Order: sequence, then structure tokens, then C-alpha cells
Amino acid sequence: MENLISQFSFGLFVWQTVIFIALIYLLKKFAWKPILDSINEREQGIKDALLSAEKAREEMASLQLDNELTLKKARAERDTLLKEAREIKQKVIDDAKTEAKTEAKKIISQAKEAIQNEKNSAIVDLKNQMADLSVGIAEKVLQSKMSEDKAQMNLVKELIKDVTLK
Amino acid sequence: MESVMDLTLVGGGLVVIGVGIGIGLTGKGAMEAIGRQPDASGKIQVAALILAALVEGIGFAALFAL
Amino acid sequence: MKKQRHLAFTVLIFFFGLTVGRSSTTFSEKDKSEKGDIKSEIKEYINHHLKDSHSFLITSYKNEETGEMVYIELPLPIILYDNGLRFFWSSDFKHGEKVVVSGENYYKLEYHDSRIYKTDKEGTIEYDAEHHPLNEKPLDFSITKNVATILLVSILMLLLFVSLAKSFKYNKGISKGMGRFFEPIILYIRDEIAIPNIGEKKYKNYMSYLLTIFFFVWFLNMLGLTPLGVNVTGNIAVTFSLALLTFIITNVTANKSYWGHIFWMPGVPVVIKIVLAPIELLGVLIKPFSLLIRLYANIQAGHIVLMSLIGLMFVFNNWVGGSLSFGLAFFISIIEILVALLQAYIFTMLSALYFGFAVAEYDEEH
Repeated sequence: MENLISQFSFGLFVWQTVIFIALIYLLKKFAWKPILDSINEREQGIKDALLSAEKAREEMASLQLDNELTLKKARAERDTLLKEAREIKQKVIDDAKTEAKTEAKKIISQAKEAIQNEKNSAIVDLKNQMADLSVGIAEKVLQSKMSEDKAQMNLVKELIKDVTLK
Repeated sequence: MESVMDLTLVGGGLVVIGVGIGIGLTGKGAMEAIGRQPDASGKIQVAALILAALVEGIGFAALFAL
Repeated sequence: MKKQRHLAFTVLIFFFGLTVGRSSTTFSEKDKSEKGDIKSEIKEYINHHLKDSHSFLITSYKNEETGEMVYIELPLPIILYDNGLRFFWSSDFKHGEKVVVSGENYYKLEYHDSRIYKTDKEGTIEYDAEHHPLNEKPLDFSITKNVATILLVSILMLLLFVSLAKSFKYNKGISKGMGRFFEPIILYIRDEIAIPNIGEKKYKNYMSYLLTIFFFVWFLNMLGLTPLGVNVTGNIAVTFSLALLTFIITNVTANKSYWGHIFWMPGVPVVIKIVLAPIELLGVLIKPFSLLIRLYANIQAGHIVLMSLIGLMFVFNNWVGGSLSFGLAFFISIIEILVALLQAYIFTMLSALYFGFAVAEYDEEH
């Protein structure tokens, strides 16, 4: 301890204190303040940049989510549309088929009717012709065998009897 | 005079032994702590340095008071 | 033989970065026991080196022909306050051999303790039983070797860090050049020393002091290991001044709860409060005291060990012992580089810790 005190130099102490305080003041003003400020500024800048990047990423993610949602919706819509279209197509086909069938039936029945009519008229025609023919025949027979009225009449009757309508 | 001088030297030696043990124990504790938790090594090192410095300070105070 | 040895010692000391004051003038006078002679010579060498000096000695040797010591040195100005300021150069003292006349006073440099004393015309210095001079001492404000070194380091720091600040400005926030090396250290001091110890809120007020003290102590420690061979941070007056500043800043900026914890520790019984108060008060003084002693003793001890090891080579004076102590000296000087950084770090760290205690906000029921 004594040694320490005897080594102590007051002049050096004063110089050291004065120089050191001046050094702190000068460095603070011209070095530390600008250095720390610019470091802070830089760090703030980095922080801001990171924050905005994070924000952008989040936005991107939400956008993607939106996109996906709309895509899903669109897909579902497309699916329903397709389904509907298919149903409509089926229905149309079915309708067409039934219509065609009924139409065909109608045409067939009409054709049948017409045929029937034709047939009937043909039969009538035929009958008439037959009658005419019969009359003709009868005339000829009459002409040849007009002598005997009774025999003639029997013949006619027999002839007519033989003619059957088919 | 002579015997008093000798005793102060013995005292100095004792102080150095004590401080040596103190710093050694600090280092031991720090090493073990780092071994257990390597992640906290930075904090442990700082704490150990401070503690070692404090023990050392006591030693110096005693030595210079001789 | 002797001359060669002396020269080798000087060269080696220079090599290890520790230039010292003059070698013993007792060379030619004492030719008796060689071993004792060289031991006392080394001891004097080391003792003189550890002290502040009035001139910046680079090296010294003995002129073979005239038998006189030749000193190669930078003279430094002497400033004394003794009924008015007195200026002259340190070279006027001729290493304590001449009496300097200034005004009507006579001054002489006492070589043994490197102090200036007021003497009579013949320059007689009276000593007491333990060889302490009894003469009156004028107030010595000389630019000594240490003061010159402090000035040098201050200018160096100003140049370095102002240029770093400027490079930030011109490069839009990115450092360039020499400052690049120091920027991470500044960040380390902020993020690992100031913020954890003082707190996010108040650390800014202390940053200038912490940064200045760290680089100041570190640079001076490192400079002590260079061939300049100055021992500034190993000087009690310098460390006292540094610790005193920490002490003043701690106590001036301390808040109410800090003093509350010292004088009236909350949460303990009254009896213990009364017992604790003087202990805590003593702690306030011991904290900066340990700070100043730690730095002083570490640097001082480092210099002593290193120089003793170098001196050991000449005590052994053979190949085995010489190379062994050379290796040891080399090893120690590498350790000393680490110690230089570590001591600066610890000084800064503990200062920050004490500031942290002073501004800490405690809860009421703590």
C-alpha cells in the first residue's frame, strides 16, 4: 500500500484525467455518435426491409390461398356445369327417343289406318267390280240362257255363293 | 522486524492460495455449466469472468494492503 | 564479455518490446561478484522500466573508449509549478547528473525514483534511513513518457474512429478501411456489454464512456508490449484516474433505489439494515478500488514477469537455461497479448455492471 502511494504521481493523474475527459468528449462528438447513429440506422433499415419482406410474403400467401379458393370454386362450378350438361344431353336424347318412338308409332298407326282404309276401299272396289263382273257374267249368262228363268237364277245364286271375300 | 516481514509474506502466500482456489472453483463451475448447457456458454463465460474478476479483486486488495 | 552481454540484453529487451531506462552506471565500478551484479542490474532495469520517466529513452549503451553511457532518447518538456510555472527540457538534467537552474530555484532529477527535487546550488539530496529523499518536491506537471504516450494514443484513437465515422457517412452505412476491424468490436460492446448490463433504456448514455475506455485501455496495454515499452496502464495514477471516472459516473447517475439499497436495504429487518449500511457503503468504495488495482496489478505483473524471464537468460548464461527462458518469455508475451485484451474487456464490463447497478429499477417488494 505504501509502495502504491509513493508511486502515485499527481502530475500524471491530472494529465490523464484531463486528456481522457477531452478524449471522451471529442470521440463522442465526432466518432461514437455518428458511428452508433449510422449503425442504428442501418439496423433499422434491415429490420424494416425484413418486416416488409415478411409482409409481402404473407400477402403472397394469402393471395395464393385466394387463388386456390377461386380455383376450387371454379372447378366445382365446372363440375356442376358439366354434370348439368350431361344430364341435359341425356334428357334431350331420351326425349328425342321417346318422341321419335311416339312419332314412329303414330306414323305406323296412321300407315296402318291408311292401309286399312285402302284395303277397305279396295275391298269395296273389288266388291263393286265383282258385282259389276257378276252383273256382266250374269248378263252374258242371261243373254245365253235367258230361256229358263229359274235355272238362271239358281246359277247366279250359286255363283255368288262361291265367291268368298278374303 | 525480520519476523514481521516473514509473517506478511506468509499472509501474502495464503491470499494467493485462497484466490487461486476461488478462481479455480469458478472456472470449474463454469466449465461444468457449459458442459451441461453448451447453448448458454456465452452467458456463462461472462458471468464466470465477472466472478473471477471479483475474486481476483479481493486478492489484490489483500495483497496491496500488506 | 560484459559489454556484449549488456548489448544482448538491450537487444532482447527491445525485441520483446520492453525498452527500459538506463542501465546501471555501476558497471565499471563493481567488478566483484558477477552473479550478484547482474541480478541487481536486472532488478534495477525492471524497477526503472515500471516507473514513469521524464524522457523517452529508446536505448542506451556504454561507449568503450570514454567509458561513458550514451543515451539515445527523445527529450520531453518539463513543466513545474513552484511559485509560477517553469519550463525546460528533460535533456537538461543529463540523467540526474546536472542541476538545472530555473529562476532562482535549483532542481535535480533523482534517478532512483525518477522524481524531480528542489535542491541547493550543488544539488545535494538528503536521504532518510530507508533511502527516501527528504528534499522538497515541486508540483510536477511534466509531459512525461506516459503523458506523451497517452497523448499519442488519444490522437491515434481520434484519427481512427473519426475516419470510421466518416466512412460510414460516405458509404451509406457500411464501414470501409481500417474501421471495418473495429466495427464488430463496437457492436460487441453495445450488444454484449452495455445492453445486458445497463438495460435497453439507459445504455445509450454510457456508450461513449464504455467505448472510449475499452479502446483506450486496450491500445495502451498493447502499446506496452511494443518496443516503445511504455507502462501506462501499469501506472497507479492512470488506473486511479480511470477508476475514479467510473466511480463518479456511477454515483452521479445513480437513481433513488440504488441509494435506497445501500443505506436502507428494503425487505430485511431493521437490525440487519443497520449492519448492512456500512458494508454496502464500503462496497461502493471497494468496487472502483478493485477496478484500479486489477488493471494496475495485471499489467505491472505482466511486465515484471516478462522482463524477469528475459533477465533470467543472462543469469543462467548458458545454452540450456537461456533457450528455456527465451521460450518461456516468448510464451508469456503471447499470453500478455491476451491479457491486454482481457483486462480492457473486464474493465469495461465491470464499469458497465456498476452503471447497471446504479440505474437498475427495482420492484418495490424486492
